[in-house]
Amino acid sequence: MVFPLQVTGAETRRRGKVLVGPVSLHLAGVGATVVIGPNGSGKTSLLGLLHGTARLHAGTIAWQLPMDQARAVQSFVFQRPVMLRRSVVDNIAYPLLIRGLPKAKAMAQALDWAKRVGLGDMPYRAAPSLSGGEQQKLALARAFITAPQVVFLDEPCASLDGRATAEIEAILQDQKAQGTRLVMSTHDMGQARRLADEIVFLRGGQVHETGPAAQFFDAPQTDAARAFLNGDIVE
Amino acid sequence: MVDLWDGLTQAFWLVLTGDPELAEIALRSLYVTLTALAIACVIAFPLAAFLAVRRFRFRRLIIAILNALMGLPPVVVGLIVYVLLSRSGPLGVLGLLFTPTAMIIAQVIIIVPLIASIAHQSLRDLWQEYHDLLISMNVSQRQKMRTLIWDARRALLTAALAGFGRGIGEVGAIMIVGGNIDNVTRVLTTAIALETGKGAFALALALGFVLIALTIAINLTIHWLGQTEREGRW
Repeated sequence: MVFPLQVTGAETRRRGKVLVGPVSLHLAGVGATVVIGPNGSGKTSLLGLLHGTARLHAGTIAWQLPMDQARAVQSFVFQRPVMLRRSVVDNIAYPLLIRGLPKAKAMAQALDWAKRVGLGDMPYRAAPSLSGGEQQKLALARAFITAPQVVFLDEPCASLDGRATAEIEAILQDQKAQGTRLVMSTHDMGQARRLADEIVFLRGGQVHETGPAAQFFDAPQTDAARAFLNGDIVE
Repeated sequence: MVDLWDGLTQAFWLVLTGDPELAEIALRSLYVTLTALAIACVIAFPLAAFLAVRRFRFRRLIIAILNALMGLPPVVVGLIVYVLLSRSGPLGVLGLLFTPTAMIIAQVIIIVPLIASIAHQSLRDLWQEYHDLLISMNVSQRQKMRTLIWDARRALLTAALAGFGRGIGEVGAIMIVGGNIDNVTRVLTTAIALETGKGAFALALALGFVLIALTIAINLTIHWLGQTEREGRW
C-alpha cells in the first residue's frame, strides 16, 4: 500500500519563483481529498508535486513505497485531456500496453472500460474527434484501467456542462467506493461538497487550512477560507 | 513544342509496347530509391524521435546541422562516396563502386537529413502535445519514441515521400558512384542525362515523362496504403 503519504516542507519553483510550498501534509489511504483555492494558488503545482511530475526543490514527499514503485500505482488526469492520436480503445489500452500486457488482453479490458464510462458505442472512433466530455471520460478510463491506488485529477470537469460533469462525478464516486484514493483540484464548490472527504485550501502556494470536508464547509477556521466560501475575492 | 509532343508520344508507345530496356531501367530506379528510402527511414525516424524527446548538450546544434544538411549537394556526396569506395579508398576492398549498392549508399546519405528534419518537426510538435501525459505515465524513453513514431505515422509518410521524391529524381551522385553503366547501374535519371547529351531529346523527354508518371504512381499508392486522408476512424 502506497499510503499514508507524508509531505514535509515540500516546495517547487519555476525560474526561481516558488509555485507552491513549503507545504506539509498527511494524506491517509481512503476517500477523496479536494484541493481548492483561488487562481494561481498552486493547485496544479501541488498535484504535480505529489505525483512526482513537478520537481521537488525542497522538503520531502514520502510514500510508503520507493518513488518509482509509488509512481507505478498512480494515475493523473489533466484539466485538458491529452488524447493520443489513436482510437478510443487504443487510448484506453495504452497504459496496459506500456506495462507489457499482451495486446489481446489489453484491448479486452479497454473495451470493457469504454463501456463502463459510456463510450461503448464508439470504441474505434478517433479519440481527438470526441467532444470535451467524452474525452474526459476517456481520460478517466485510461487513468483507472491500471487499477491505481491513487488518482490525481486536475480540475477534471472544468469547461464541461452540467450533464457531462454529473457523468464524470458518477465515475469518480464509483471508483472512490471501490477504494481508489482520489486527490483532485476544483473551482466548483458544489463538486467539492459532493466529492470531498477532506479539503486542502491553498492560498499563495501554501496550505492555508485543511481538514474534514464537512467541518471545512460548515465551520471554516480562517477568515480567508470563510471569504472564499462566501464567493468573495481572495488573493 | 514538337519535341515535347514527340516525347509524350514516344513515352506512350514505350510504355504501351512494354519496352524491355525501359522496364529494366525503371525497375532499377525503383529498386535503388525504394531500398535507399527504407534504409533512410530506419535511420531518420528514430533519430528524429530521439532529438524530439531527449534533452542533451549540443542538441540544438545537431538539429541545426541536420537542417543544413537538407541542402547537401548531391555531387559532393557522390564524390565523397566515390573516394570512400574507390580501390584506393578505405572501403575499396568491398568492391562496391559502380554497383547499385553504391548508388543506394549515396542516396541514403542525401535523403536521411531531409527525412529526419521533416520528421523531427512533426515529432517535436507531437511531443509537446503528449509530454505531460507520457511523463505522468512514467513511460520509458524507448516507449516515448515508439509512441511518437507510431502516432505521427501519417506525417512521417509525408517525410518519406519527400525523401522518395529527392531520391528518384537524383542524378549527380548516382552518376558519379554508379557510372551509368548499361544493364548495371543505368537508371531513369542517368539515362535522361545520357540521351540529352546525345541530342535525343524526344527519348530523353519520354524517359522523363515515365519518371514523372512513376513518381506520381508511387506517391498515390503510398497515400492509399497509408490511408492518409482517413481521419474519422483509426
